[in-house]
Amino acid sequence: MALANVLQSESVDFSNYGRKCRGFTSSLYETELGLESVGGDNLSFAVRTACSDGDGSERKIQFLHGTTTLAFKFQHGVIVAVDSRATAGAYIASQTVKKVIEINPYLLGTMAGGAADCSFWERLLARQCRVYELRNKERISVAAASKLLANMVYQYKGMGLSMGTMVCGWDKTGPGLYYVDSEGNRVCGDLFAVGSGSMYAYGIVDSGLKQKDLTVEEACDLGCRAIYQATYRDAYSGGQVNLYHVHSEGWNRVSQSDVLLLHQQYQAEKA
Amino acid sequence: IYDRAITVFSPDGHLFQVEYAQEAVKKGSTAVGIRGKDIVVLGVEKKSVAKLQEERTVRKICALDDHVCMAFAGLTADARIVINRARVECQSHRLTVEDPVTVEYITRHIATLKQRYTQSNGRRPFGISALIVGFDCDGTPRLYQTDPSGTYHAWKANAIGRSAKTVREFLEKNYTEESIATDNEAIKLAIKALLEVVQSGGKNIELAVIRRNQSLKLLESKEIETLVTEIEKEKEEEAEKKKQKKST
Repeated sequence: MALANVLQSESVDFSNYGRKCRGFTSSLYETELGLESVGGDNLSFAVRTACSDGDGSERKIQFLHGTTTLAFKFQHGVIVAVDSRATAGAYIASQTVKKVIEINPYLLGTMAGGAADCSFWERLLARQCRVYELRNKERISVAAASKLLANMVYQYKGMGLSMGTMVCGWDKTGPGLYYVDSEGNRVCGDLFAVGSGSMYAYGIVDSGLKQKDLTVEEACDLGCRAIYQATYRDAYSGGQVNLYHVHSEGWNRVSQSDVLLLHQQYQAEKA
Repeated sequence: IYDRAITVFSPDGHLFQVEYAQEAVKKGSTAVGIRGKDIVVLGVEKKSVAKLQEERTVRKICALDDHVCMAFAGLTADARIVINRARVECQSHRLTVEDPVTVEYITRHIATLKQRYTQSNGRRPFGISALIVGFDCDGTPRLYQTDPSGTYHAWKANAIGRSAKTVREFLEKNYTEESIATDNEAIKLAIKALLEVVQSGGKNIELAVIRRNQSLKLLESKEIETLVTEIEKEKEEEAEKKKQKKST
């Protein structure tokens, strides 16, 4: 574990000779992943494209910061709602991106920032969670899972990773929700919205969560509504609303609703 | 030279270094562990100290965390290393998993550590067996034993070190549901077990208990003396009863 590396004990430990201090040391002990650290010294995400600005300046790869993802805890678990639009500048690259990553049957991760970073690290997290399960004969807690992810990406801090994810699940202490990002933040909370459309989503959820005990249906509706409103005002969010509900038995996909159809539905209700 | 293994197989499948380590354990002073219902007890035979030696520096029962502790039999210096690594791992676990270790987890960690030293260059096995006791988060009491080969098992009651066999046989006969019904009874069982093999009674016994949701408590010599006298009284009463039965 990380602490053991810091506190090099009194006994001479031969196993630490030649071991890199960066890399997947986390809880894999001697079993190395076989992957070289992608970091390295001179990492540069500068891309010189053909259609660059006239002055030939280097431009960074555009990431999925244009997005709206949200998750909130309520009495019956956690609701996770995301949009599905990917943009490259003013160009809509895709309307059907899957921004929820299914880590395992009872843990979900959302995707904001670099799609590759998110999906890669969360798949790695899934592997780690499974190993934990096998070794300890019990499911990993949401706190521990989010901590593993945070520690993994912290070793690459400053090397250009871009990831803002929410780890959502249900463990023996009840519903769990953590926000983890590539800066090293890891925060526990009842409600998070991430992305360019997050402010609009917060507005809807904050007002809708006033009542103390929502039913599952009301909560799903609220999540859906919040994403819809964000896509309405934010240019970089749109496509479909993917809605998941995490409860004591695990997660299940509640719905996938096209935003334009939702728009017609809500307009009709107003009339 | 660190490129040659010290622990190698013999032609008939033995790891002699590990077996010799187990012999070293058998020379150490006795330790006994008992798992009660709401209490876990560790007792060790205290070796008599030299006249000028301070008694406090020789402690064979050590806390690994608030809710786990261990006693060992064998090479004290080896034990110190294992205990230090276990203590760091307990905190490391709390840091990465945000939960205290389960007794099984830390036992597994210690056992894995011991096994590693039976399969590495230039290293010899640890010459200790450990009795690890404690309570898990859900309140279940646990007792585990590890040995130099790196295996571990859960026990209801066990003994290690000198005369471990005698003590274990005593425990097999006397560990019943009634004998561990209360905390006090469990403590007395541990003392009785040690008295079988320890020379001069209560003075040479060190006892520690963990109760659910409490940390390790070392019993003072006064408390041990009181319990020893209680036990001796009970023995006399038993003997009296038997005599009376015979005479009638």
